[in-house]
Amino acid sequence: MSNSALLNICYLIGSLGFIIGLKMLSKPETARKGNWVAAVGMAIAIFGTIFLYEFTNDAGEVSHVSNLMWIFGGMVIGTILGTVSAKKVQMTAMPQMVSIFNGMGGICAGLIGIIEFRHLIHATEISGGSLMTGHAITILLGLIIGSVSFAGSVIAFLKLNGNLGDYSFKGQTYFNLLFLVAVFGVAFFMLNGDLANAHMMMYALFGMACIYGISFVMPIGGADMPVVISLLNSFTGVAAAFGGFLYNNQVMLTGGILVGAAGTLLTVLMCKAMNRSLMNVIIGSFGGGSATAITGEGGGTIKEISVGDAAINMSYSKKVIIVPGYGLAVAQAQHICHELEKQLEEKGVEVKYAIHPVAGRMPGHMNVLLAEADVSYDKLLEMDFANDEFATTDVVLILGANDVVNPAAKTNPASPIYGMPILEVEKAKTVIVNKRSMNKGYAGIDNELFYGNKTRMLFGDAKKILAELVNEVKAN
Amino acid sequence: MDFLTDLFSQDVNVRMLYIIILSIFVGIEVIEKVPTILHTPLMSGANAIHGVVIIGSIIVMGKAQPDDYLVMILGFLAVVFGTLNVVGGFVVTDRMLELFKKKK
Repeated sequence: MSNSALLNICYLIGSLGFIIGLKMLSKPETARKGNWVAAVGMAIAIFGTIFLYEFTNDAGEVSHVSNLMWIFGGMVIGTILGTVSAKKVQMTAMPQMVSIFNGMGGICAGLIGIIEFRHLIHATEISGGSLMTGHAITILLGLIIGSVSFAGSVIAFLKLNGNLGDYSFKGQTYFNLLFLVAVFGVAFFMLNGDLANAHMMMYALFGMACIYGISFVMPIGGADMPVVISLLNSFTGVAAAFGGFLYNNQVMLTGGILVGAAGTLLTVLMCKAMNRSLMNVIIGSFGGGSATAITGEGGGTIKEISVGDAAINMSYSKKVIIVPGYGLAVAQAQHICHELEKQLEEKGVEVKYAIHPVAGRMPGHMNVLLAEADVSYDKLLEMDFANDEFATTDVVLILGANDVVNPAAKTNPASPIYGMPILEVEKAKTVIVNKRSMNKGYAGIDNELFYGNKTRMLFGDAKKILAELVNEVKAN
Repeated sequence: MDFLTDLFSQDVNVRMLYIIILSIFVGIEVIEKVPTILHTPLMSGANAIHGVVIIGSIIVMGKAQPDDYLVMILGFLAVVFGTLNVVGGFVVTDRMLELFKKKK
């Protein structure tokens, strides 16, 4: 069988691997295997390309992939860096990690675009034709989308990592829109313009695409970051698909489009979980410029509770629901939280967890963290079920969650989080809130729940407080 | 118009368009019923899959003249970045899913 036929088979297997892998990834029982199915498909496609890809070189001869040493060298470096960073990363830093890997794919697509466009300019100089071809447009779209995704992902990474705050200026939405038009304007002039300027303009275009990516993500508030990552994820998919179109390469095309489509749908699903539209996320810039962000009833008095009282309160309840938030993740307190759950259950208390769809920094982030601590699945209540159960709950223990339990989302139309479905914890008999301080949540707004009659505040680091609670419960 | 004629007069392009359309539907179908708990791993897995763009960088490198330093450097970087996306993406997804497996 000819090499190209074999390679086509490799690509077919690769594409099937992606589709079946993704399908399996969407069910808890098969998810882990599905990841490997996709990985094996990827490996077959990659090594197939290295050993079987053939092309006609400038001299008109059929040639194989050259520079093998460089290719393998690059792959070894990438594999080591990728494995080490993926293994070392804390579960809490997962969203950043996904974001930065996404950026790597984006810049890969961007660099391919740069190289191919250089070749194209060179070829056009010889043939003397026009640059304005479908081929050129394909290359440029891959270059632009990949670069936007790269720069945007890096910013998302820095923001989630806490290296960078939100930044926006008045009229940024319009600036972004105009800038995007300018990017395509430059591309258009380059394709129609003088070949002599094309190199320089291409690099300018790359730079502009990066600036657009930065300016696009910069104003978007932290709470919306998962949506942005998911969106950038689908961007990179589309960039990869343009590569597939360029090289007439089916596996790149299917892989890229699959992720582009699935990523877009996932983005929409995430927005729905927050009851907001995608447009609203992109333009509405959450904690950003709009200084009109209202503070709740600002004043009011808060009531504190001692660890001892909190422990007694919980030990003698029938049902306790724990609401974990990012504070728990930051404090790495998921294990000790599970310990508290076990202690309470020994006392005959029913313990469950209420998981808001966007608790933590990514949908499902909390589930991953609690699973790490061995908390069993059936104890995790999704929002709607949890809201039905709060009325029969004696104590709700909120661990470092804020915006997802803020009643302003239901009652205050002026609030930036208005309309987001929340966990209705105030239906329970007592609400104990563990926070490090009275600082505001990620959305940067006050929470009137903390001033409520049934609410008791338990200040301190989640891990430390939980450890003390465990001891107290044991002693009771 | 020239562009469209150019696009549709070649069978290979039309076939590509069919692949694109069908892949979009497959992508949507596959994701539609995913439970919230799997959103993060799924996003991460999809993230690894678009690392398939690395094949483009292999092709670029495979065609590069060794004395064309700029292309060699950019292509090499593209291979490194692409591999990071693929390997890092799959490993991180596996780590997340490993946590789910223990119980039950």
